[in-house]
Amino acid sequence: MLEHYLSLLIRAIFIENMALAFFLGMCTFLAVSKKVDTAVGLGIAVVAVQTITVPVNNLIYQHLLKPGALGWLGLAGTDLTFIGLICYIGVIAAIVQILEMVLDRYVPALYNALGIFLPLITVNCAILGGSLFMVERDYTFAESVVFGFGSGTGWALALVALAGIREKMKYADVPAGLRGLGITFMIAGLMAMAFMAFSGIQL
Amino acid sequence: MSNARDVLLDPLFNKNPIGLQILGICSALAVTSKLETVIVMALAVTFVVAGANLSVSLIRRQIPGSIRIIVQITIIATLVIIVDQFLKAYAFAISKQLSVFVGLIITNCIVLGRAEAFAMKNPPGLSVLDGIGNGLGYGLVLLLVAFCRELLGAGKLLGVSLLATTGEGGWYLPNGLMLLPPSAFFIIGLLIWALRTWKTGQVEKEN
Repeated sequence: MLEHYLSLLIRAIFIENMALAFFLGMCTFLAVSKKVDTAVGLGIAVVAVQTITVPVNNLIYQHLLKPGALGWLGLAGTDLTFIGLICYIGVIAAIVQILEMVLDRYVPALYNALGIFLPLITVNCAILGGSLFMVERDYTFAESVVFGFGSGTGWALALVALAGIREKMKYADVPAGLRGLGITFMIAGLMAMAFMAFSGIQL
Repeated sequence: MSNARDVLLDPLFNKNPIGLQILGICSALAVTSKLETVIVMALAVTFVVAGANLSVSLIRRQIPGSIRIIVQITIIATLVIIVDQFLKAYAFAISKQLSVFVGLIITNCIVLGRAEAFAMKNPPGLSVLDGIGNGLGYGLVLLLVAFCRELLGAGKLLGVSLLATTGEGGWYLPNGLMLLPPSAFFIIGLLIWALRTWKTGQVEKEN
């Protein structure tokens, strides 16, 4: 049983990396990877939000939306999956907002460090993507906790690694047209190739 | 009239949402290994951007500033659900291939970005044009990437064999890398390079 969760965790972090294998959260991934410090801050925020939202959305899906999930209300034939998207994005926006208020009240240091990134997480595709993958693969509650944590960590890892490389890029002489965005795509591509080395691993 | 034309055509090359503004790359890259899925995706995004721009523009004077983001997100999510249900009903195979990426149009920054930056300040007609223009600009980049990936990776376009591959007794040895995720990054990087060599005004300053 433990092996099952461990393999799910490894797969979510490395093999099916949110950023480099599914291209999720690319906008933030490319825009906020100029400095390692900010990348670490955003990474932590994403891991926290992802670990909370995926299980919460899992509960909503399993107990409210899934076909037959409303059996306890006497509505066994109801299938509410079509309003799933609007529920998940609502849950994500609400949790990000709550997390923001809790951090502001109890851990002001972390709140100040994360700053603008916290609200931006609402529109990070990796977060919504995590919930949608959870629904598509029909994870149980425990699996969704592991998957949420793993996919968040994998995304954060890729972000910090890219930021590290981009800091070193300052010393490189890049052709004018490729400067900035263009070369960042190339680096991300090379990193994705490196991450593909994990893809043969069977756990 | 020239104003309307600019609004429609500027997003194609001069202000391409992907090439210049780094918007909407998220959901874009993963669907580009085949032309077929890309065409559906581009149409879906164009519909959502144009629809969201129209709706937001129509009620722009009624939306209170403090809750405008959540209003916009709700409008966008509703439109995406319409697209998702439509695809499931009429193009089930493609909807399976696109899997979660149709839903991810909600968090596609182009949609929210245009609603916030353009539709909140402009009349409905212009907003729809701007939406269509941005949808097409996004679709154009996706089409170019998918064209390279499908042709070089499988020797096919839209499922029709163009380059006879060695597996089928022909001469073309398919480049397997093109079907894998990293190639999308390289092709977009090269496209941006080409675009910026052509329109030198978009080159970023050295920092």
